[in-house]
Formats: sequence, structure tokens, C-alpha cells
Amino acid sequence: MIVADRKSIHEILDMVKDCSNILVVGCKGCVTVCNVGGLKEVQILAATLKIARKKEGRPLQVDEALLERQCDPEYIAMIQDRVNDYEAVISMACGVGPQFLSEAYPNQRFYPAVNTTFFGGAVAHGIWEERCAGCGTCIIHHFDGLCPIARCSKSLMNGPCGGSDHGKCEIAKTVDCIWDKIVRKKMEQGRLNDLLQVFPAKNWQTARDGGPRRSRREELIQNG
Amino acid sequence: MSETFEPTLIAFCCKYCAYAAADLAGSMRLNYPSNVKITQVPCTGRVDIIHLLKAFEDGADGVYVAGCMEGDCHFVSGNLKAKKRVAYVKKTLEEIGIEPDRIDMFNLSSAMGPRFAEIAIEMTDRIRKLGPTPLTASSETCSAKEGTP
Repeated sequence: MIVADRKSIHEILDMVKDCSNILVVGCKGCVTVCNVGGLKEVQILAATLKIARKKEGRPLQVDEALLERQCDPEYIAMIQDRVNDYEAVISMACGVGPQFLSEAYPNQRFYPAVNTTFFGGAVAHGIWEERCAGCGTCIIHHFDGLCPIARCSKSLMNGPCGGSDHGKCEIAKTVDCIWDKIVRKKMEQGRLNDLLQVFPAKNWQTARDGGPRRSRREELIQNG
Repeated sequence: MSETFEPTLIAFCCKYCAYAAADLAGSMRLNYPSNVKITQVPCTGRVDIIHLLKAFEDGADGVYVAGCMEGDCHFVSGNLKAKKRVAYVKKTLEEIGIEPDRIDMFNLSSAMGPRFAEIAIEMTDRIRKLGPTPLTASSETCSAKEGTP
């Protein structure tokens, strides 16, 4: 899933400093799973904004809404009756949310309340780690399910580099060296010879180098 | 700050310890300030960040959570979860310029009636010193400015 972190309350307060009423819209998708933009987080942000502005003597009316997903037009349409009743709308979805909202409601101002960070998963309760870089050409089958693109600090295809120290990356002692893990796993499985294959430079055209990406599924497309 | 300021405190008290300790304090005829409004919860682990924030939003001058001694939670780790949530709210209050001392977490057992009274006195004194919540102070100023009741 997409993992995100909430922006600081100061940053959000600054976005809506001129407003007297706003709508905070959460998303039940990825940001709910990583405890950033679901119902509870919408309520916490709304309460915090109200308290902060009440303290300043400039009360802010904050209403709350929660959409199934902010990355589908059908769900975005569910707030069409009320979205323009506010001076601004804060989206607690990943970066896709405020953009879809903005495209659907061109007369409204939308602000992101979260920083979208990476594609990852929960390795423990409350801890999320990056597992995918969305490079567009998955090669993890060559490395027993461990991704050197997302998880090696240098995205090396032919690692490890000289910076590995006791299984940790040179950038921080808390970061595992994924190449250390790949080599160990190959050794455990008796398939170390797999690593004799030299991978040529990766074709990054399927990653961001190809410009904004689009996925098209003809069998699902309606009306031509 | 007015000499006669009587703070309003909201205490989230665990059924198994703090609430029982409050009962004991009553049975022992102990005196403690009447400023504390108690909300009984099945475990302090039930107390969420939003409950604490709402208490402030609705005008509480101080808020505290009273749970079992660490390691003695009836639900194993509810009080430890509450401790982290209280710390989160402390940090949030600090970020928006409200004294973080207005919220705290206490641990006591059901046999600690006198400690319950002490906590009520300690928190009431602390909030008296801090003065009324800046929320009511500013909303009063705001209402006065706008000429609304």
C-alpha cells in the first residue's frame, strides 16, 4: 500500500490561515491502513485545528467527511453537494486524493494534509517500511523476492557495494543491507550461482523516466 | 489570573483501579477538590486521542488519565497504550501553544484511595497555577469582540 505521514499541524494551520470554515476529507484506502488519513485521523486533525484556532481567538469551523477512496471519481462525486460550501478543503488521502478532488471541483481550493512517502507495508504494529519503488518492471524473482531497487540505497542490480557492514547499510545502522540478505538467502537455498549472472543496466523507461505513467486495461474500459 | 478561578478537570478513570480508588477515597471520607469530573472507562486503553482532545475542545482546563500500575493492567497493556496517547496529546498541545502540563497520566491501584485524592489535589493545584484554558479565554474575548452572547 501507499504509506504516508501527516504534515505538521503548523503547516496545515498555515494553509488554512485565512479560512473560517473548512472541510477535512479522509480516505478509507491506504492512508487508513497506515493510520494517517482514516476516520480517526480526520477527527484528530479536525479537533486539533479547532483547538489551535480557538486559542488564537479566531474559531475555525471544521466539518468532516470520509470517502471510500479518493482515487476513484465515483467516490469523489459523493461530496459534490457540499464541497463548495467551504472556503477550503483539506484532503487526508495520498497525493492522488487532492488532485482528483481538484480536477472534479475546479472552483474549490484543496490542500494536502499528508506527505505521501512510499509503497510499503507494516513490518510491526506502527512501523512501515518501503518494499517497492514502482519502477514498472519487477525483477524480484531474480532475487528471491527481495527488491534491490527499492531496498538498496543505491538501487544496485549487481551488489553488494563496499558499504555493507555486518548486514547493515552504510547510510544508517538501522537500515538492512538488502544485498546481504539476498546473498544469505541464495546461500541458504544453495543457489549462489544465480548471482553469477550479470544484470545489464536497468531500463528505467518504465519508471518515472518515461514521464507520467498510465495503465490501460482494454477489457475494463467502457464506452470505447 | 483570578484568585477565585476554579478549574474544570476531566479524569478518565479505569474501572479496575482509579475508579475503585475513588470509591475507597469516598469510603475513607478523604477530602479532595470537587473540580474533577470523572469518566469511568473499562480500561484506560479505551481512552483515545480524540477523547482527550475533545475534552479540551469542550472547555476542560485540565485532563488526566488514571490507570493501573504499569504491568498490572487488567487488559495487559491498556495503560501503556494510554500512556503513549497522553504523550501524543501533550506534544500536540505544545505544538499549538497550549501548556502540555494540562494533561497527564497517573498510575495507581484500587487500594490507593489516598493517592487518588492526592492526584486530584495535585492536578487541581497545577491547573489553578496555569490558569483557565486559553480556549475559553480566547473564545470569551472573541465573543465580546463580535458582540455575541
